[in-house]
Amino acid sequence: MIDKISPSLQHAIAGLRDGASIMISGFGDAGAPHELMEAVIEHGASDLTIISNNAGAGETGIAALIKANRVRKVICSFPRQAASHHFDARYRAGQIELELVPQGNLAARIQAAGSGLGAIFTPTGYGTLLAEGKETREIDGRNYVLEYPIHADFALIKARAGDRWGNLIYCKVARNFGPIMAMAAKTTIAQVAEIVELGALDPEAVVTPGIFVNRVVQVAPLTVAAAA
Amino acid sequence: MQRMNREEMAARVARDIPEGAYVNLGIGLPTRVANFLPKERDIFLQSENGLLGMGPAPAEEDTDWELINAGKQPVTLLAGGCFFHHGDSFSMMRGGHIDICVLGAFQVSVNGDLANWHTGAPEAIPAVGGAMDLAVGAKQVFVMMDLLTKAGESKLVAQCSYPLTGLSCVSRIYSDVAIFDVGPAGAHVIEMVPGLTIDQLRDMTGVELQLALEIA
Repeated sequence: MIDKISPSLQHAIAGLRDGASIMISGFGDAGAPHELMEAVIEHGASDLTIISNNAGAGETGIAALIKANRVRKVICSFPRQAASHHFDARYRAGQIELELVPQGNLAARIQAAGSGLGAIFTPTGYGTLLAEGKETREIDGRNYVLEYPIHADFALIKARAGDRWGNLIYCKVARNFGPIMAMAAKTTIAQVAEIVELGALDPEAVVTPGIFVNRVVQVAPLTVAAAA
Repeated sequence: MQRMNREEMAARVARDIPEGAYVNLGIGLPTRVANFLPKERDIFLQSENGLLGMGPAPAEEDTDWELINAGKQPVTLLAGGCFFHHGDSFSMMRGGHIDICVLGAFQVSVNGDLANWHTGAPEAIPAVGGAMDLAVGAKQVFVMMDLLTKAGESKLVAQCSYPLTGLSCVSRIYSDVAIFDVGPAGAHVIEMVPGLTIDQLRDMTGVELQLALEIA
């Protein structure tokens, strides 16, 4: 019987090693898998490469990983925020590497990895600092930049509900990078608010098919079952 | 000369957004355009973080942190609105499905180059977000900005000195004193606030300006 449900957060992140690359979903707090990130801090792995839209804000999540000195490099589109002080300090001290990627190129490069593409030509960034030194090509009169896929050892994502085969549905804009990161990592771990029986998710509404998910872990108590 | 205030600028941009348009409003000043869109028009607001059919801010007690806009402020979803992942969101931009985006700017050149993501200052931490994708992807890129910096320098320039966001991508600038079309044919003035002359505008900007046929 295939059961991708992990009994605990530490079981869910088993196999994490120093030097790992980790995709982390979220746009602001929406979709950020805070409990999984806390488990990574507790686990102790360091020298990590984090792939996410932001570089953390406040004292939790990616900011907490950076504060705990676990992060060697961040690949993201928008590191500078009102409360990104932990990233800012390490960046200014030269203690953290930043690869700044336009948000759509970040998404497209993650999708390229998940889709088995060797590279993509994207119009975004052409003629800017972020395309300096990169191969370009004119195709049908438009200019493009060659960009390579972004793979990762792990994807940590947050979904609303999942089943033991790993099928997932999301909550509103907390979906953001979850579905595409799930496809791009060697091991995808989804924290969910609710675990449901096989067949309970409407097959027409499944957003991430279980083939892209390796482990599912519940982070909140089961909600009270709907009235029969 | 009476400069337009922020609300007047937002209202002026809103007037030019037609029924049925798919629109992305940038963070900051452009976000205010939403407040002035005529209620009788169906206009679809897209937010890069995965929603289409974005509605106004909720009452405080209805705040849902899983329903936010690109500026991470709480919003609502209109009936008929929907959610999607980041790949689809940026395909909407890059794939030419967004009709209009409205962005802020540090500088715009007369041929439509845009600089709005980075001052290039050595101590600045760069952040780009979705600006470059919107700049190259939307069918029309509108910029909303004060014409002059606080130091009195024109933000409409012959050539951008700040790092570029996109090349020849802006089609129109809505400033506090005038509206310009920009592009391969240079900058054309299509509206000015009362009391302003084209010669004064040339002095303010220091760039070559032509009056658009409509007002010449």
